[in-house]
Amino acid sequence: MAQALQLVVCAGIVPDPLQTLEPVTGPNGPGLKNEMVLPAVLDPWAACALYEAAQLVAKNPGSKLWLVSLGPKAKLQQVMMTVGQKAVFELIPIDGPIGGFPDAHSTAAALAEAIAALPGFDRERLLLFGGWESATRGAGVTLQLVGERLGITDQFQGVDQITLREDGSFEVLERVEGGRHQVSVCAGTPAVLGWATGNLAEPRNNPQTGMANMRGIMPALQKAKTVALDGNGLRYVSVSLPKQQRETRVEKNMTADEIARELVEWIGAE
Amino acid sequence: MATAAVPEVTTMHTLPGDAIRQIQWRFADRFDLQMLVQSARTVARTTVARMVAAGERNTHEWTPAKAEMMEAFDRAGITAAFMEPEEGGFITGPKNLALSLAAFELAWVDGGAATGSLASFLALAPIHECGTAEQVKHYKTLAAPPQAGEDRKPWRGAFALTEPLPYVGVDTGILSGKLRIVEWRDGSEPLLQVDKRGRFITNIAFANFVTAAVISDDPRIKGSCVVILEEGDEGIFDRGTATKKLVHQLSSTGDPIFNLKVPASRIVGGYTVVDGVIVPNFNHGEVIEAVFRRTRVTVGLMTAAKLLSAVEPVIRYQRERFHGAAGVKPGTMRYDLGIQQREDALHRLVDVWATGEAAASLGFAAARIFDDLEPLEKHKNALMKQLGVSGKRAVLKALQESEQRAISLLGMAPNDPRREELAVDPMVDFVLKDAVADVLCPATKLWNTGVGANQMREAVSLMGGYGITEDCPGFLANKWMDAQLEATYEGPEAVQRRQLTITMTREVFLAQFRIWIAEMRKVAGDYPGTGACTLASAMEMWQWTLVHLQNATDPVGNKLYHGQRQGVTFALADALCWLLASRCQILDVMELQARGGDDAVAAEGLAGTVQFLSDLAHVQAARAAGEVSRISAELVFGYNLHPAWDTEGCSHCFTTQELEALEETMPGITAFAIDVVGADGSHPLKAGPCAGCGGSSDFQRMQNKLCTCLSGCRLAKDRAADTLSKVMIPEALDYPA
Ligand SMILES: Cc1cc2nc3c(=O)[nH]c(=O)nc-3n(C[C@H](O)[C@H](O)[C@H](O)COP(=O)(O)OP(=O)(O)OC[C@H]3O[C@@H](n4cnc5c(N)ncnc54)[C@H](O)[C@@H]3O)c2cc1C
Repeated sequence: MAQALQLVVCAGIVPDPLQTLEPVTGPNGPGLKNEMVLPAVLDPWAACALYEAAQLVAKNPGSKLWLVSLGPKAKLQQVMMTVGQKAVFELIPIDGPIGGFPDAHSTAAALAEAIAALPGFDRERLLLFGGWESATRGAGVTLQLVGERLGITDQFQGVDQITLREDGSFEVLERVEGGRHQVSVCAGTPAVLGWATGNLAEPRNNPQTGMANMRGIMPALQKAKTVALDGNGLRYVSVSLPKQQRETRVEKNMTADEIARELVEWIGAE
Repeated sequence: MATAAVPEVTTMHTLPGDAIRQIQWRFADRFDLQMLVQSARTVARTTVARMVAAGERNTHEWTPAKAEMMEAFDRAGITAAFMEPEEGGFITGPKNLALSLAAFELAWVDGGAATGSLASFLALAPIHECGTAEQVKHYKTLAAPPQAGEDRKPWRGAFALTEPLPYVGVDTGILSGKLRIVEWRDGSEPLLQVDKRGRFITNIAFANFVTAAVISDDPRIKGSCVVILEEGDEGIFDRGTATKKLVHQLSSTGDPIFNLKVPASRIVGGYTVVDGVIVPNFNHGEVIEAVFRRTRVTVGLMTAAKLLSAVEPVIRYQRERFHGAAGVKPGTMRYDLGIQQREDALHRLVDVWATGEAAASLGFAAARIFDDLEPLEKHKNALMKQLGVSGKRAVLKALQESEQRAISLLGMAPNDPRREELAVDPMVDFVLKDAVADVLCPATKLWNTGVGANQMREAVSLMGGYGITEDCPGFLANKWMDAQLEATYEGPEAVQRRQLTITMTREVFLAQFRIWIAEMRKVAGDYPGTGACTLASAMEMWQWTLVHLQNATDPVGNKLYHGQRQGVTFALADALCWLLASRCQILDVMELQARGGDDAVAAEGLAGTVQFLSDLAHVQAARAAGEVSRISAELVFGYNLHPAWDTEGCSHCFTTQELEALEETMPGITAFAIDVVGADGSHPLKAGPCAGCGGSSDFQRMQNKLCTCLSGCRLAKDRAADTLSKVMIPEALDYPA
């Protein structure tokens, strides 16, 4: 049975993963070199959440999808030229700083406030989606904090699947160790789901969808509320990129099968 | 010696992104176009790039993968970009800029993909431009991609003009495709027999309809026309064999044969029956003129995309050239800069980049002017209809008055009271823009593809041996060769030069050109450093040379500026294109400088980006000035006979005796005399006495000035080169190679 859901996806924007990311320290603390000019994309895990949410909306007539995003609105606008073509949603932009270094508590407070103020907001019907972490620094706590602020304590992280049941309950698959999933059944909304990759392919661009979305997106961007995020005394001692691990061995005399076997063993041992 | 203080300049930190391009190419407020760009880019850098990387270009045949690519275009909205919303599209209004942007994005990866996407538009264009209302609705609806819930395949088209040798090629007048009446019952639609062979027809492997140029082979049909053929028509619809082309292999090309029976309602634009004779409302010449006028711009932009797409792979290759070598440690110059330690490698890349910028600026300016022109043209057509004016000649005559008004407007003082009335006259606006469009379109097609192909060769050579392999990141070798096709199809360079020969001498254009010279001086005054002043001087020289050549004759008294004298007219057309491209490039930099601050993304590091793009513009303006100077000098002096060591030639020479006598009153004069003839007729070893400068002092004055105007251009090149060695690039190319 279809249920009229309220789906809110929290998704920030991050530099395109192919870009050169170089941490630098500026007057406002750490950041990435040239971050404002680097091409940006919707945070990949949160993007998966958006596509999953869009599919739920499509399957459940009467449902509504909001995308809540905090970032510099000019950059958000650029990202929307692509993301706006992939799913039908209403954008709730919050004009704020770029990057993964602001305090997660302050970010969560701004997001929760925007969500609570959504017109027609009904907490009881809410599925709050986002990424289980971010492709920026990835505090890994923002979504939980938003949930807490909204008083939603049923929270799931590393989600790859949600299946709605007729009685309003739903089954969730969360990633656990060893490539396995933990299966939970939740009695019903509201709930917070931090998505891993989910199972959907990235939807294709469809300019027609985009044009329809833009009618709402552009005015929303123009009216976007500006927030200054409180640092709450947060201070970074040092910032560096994760080390690239490269273990190259030149093998000239092994067959492809032998190489494959060794790789499988190596993966199994990890 | 004291050195001048060189001012500190900011540099560009990253490659120019979308926010910058949207401002420069004027679609910052067009979300429909921004989305189309993203959509086309995704298809190009995924589906298309994977096909090229997998070797799909290595077959001439039409393959399932190539067919799938066309469907990917449909799904991404590229096919619908040509349609009105009510026809299944999503862009309202003129679509020249839209199609140009889509082609630019596709050609960034592969020219054939761009051609494939454009060819259906080319087939539809005769219908779009000249078709009856029913034809437009019918074929555009069929060609629109299926809407949600619809289950049908969109129709694709081919445009068949070119015929097997010895018929249609550059000369489109010598048609062999024939049209006859096979049946004409009283009161009913005549049935026509179409007999047409095509050569090099794009999309032919799968086209559902073809717009074909044919000529009457029947006294009951007048002249020529374009006729629509469908694959289900009675008779032969033979797609022929695939062309074994070495370029654009992701598009389909072949030599089809058609022998089909079709109703007369398929004549594009309809017909009128006059005294029992079918008179097509548009002859084939009129239709193709209307079509190519617009579609050639997109082709020019395809080459521009190739040049700009080469920048990132070349920088990466240069920088990483020595990584991994024993003894080349991170942090050393050799490791970090690689080949970029060498000035020539940087300077040549600056040239490639500058050409790409100029080509893109010229092409997008042309696309925009056609967008501006579309409503004005509709207004003009409605007015002509209202006045009962029809036929090309009559329309041209009717426009003469508007042209005069336009020219007088351009010459009026800012406070002239007549200005207001003329400035709001849409017909004045029309003739002004029309004249510019008639120059910018062939200029884009000619310059972008011709000069672009040469510069692609430079880009290829910057990648060393890799450049000419299939493994070259960015597929540069393919792009080099592809550029040559872009120079050829839809009218080779000769066609564009021929058109420019006429359009660039129209007074409505030249009056605007004169204003552009002043405009460039003003730009230079307001914002020095773009090369605008150099360009203005070169523009003056071009203008002077044109007037000179229009009035001068060769030694036997034949006019120099004459349609048949392509040695003069074509060269001058080439020179003009350099100027136009450079001007558009400078204007785009100025646009960014003026508006970049309004956009938070573009504003970040704007000064550095503007500085770099100004430097590129300066480099390009200097090259344009050099070309103009070289071409003009050759034309101005090259048609004079060189003096010989004969009586006439020696009439201005000194004799040895004269010099000896003069030496007594003017000691030292002997040292300055060059052409001295001995008593025995002996003379210095050279072609003849030096040619005099009679009548050419104006030119030489201009040339002298132009030389000094080049001050600073190499400093700009050095700065640009320095930026190239520092600018941040992504870790990897965003499409497979
Ligand atoms: C891959 C590909 C796709 C194509 N797609 C299409 C299509 O879809 N539809 C279509 O109708 N055609 C198509 N063409 C044909 C293309 O437009 C013609 O090849 C082109 O117009 C040149 O004609 P031609 O080859 O007969 O050259 P020619 O007419 O033989 O000209 C050859 C050269 O001779 C010189 N020349 C000829 N005439 C003059 C002149 N008057 N003044 C000065 N110099 C001159 C020029 O240097 C010119 O480049 C395609 C061609 C190719 C290669």
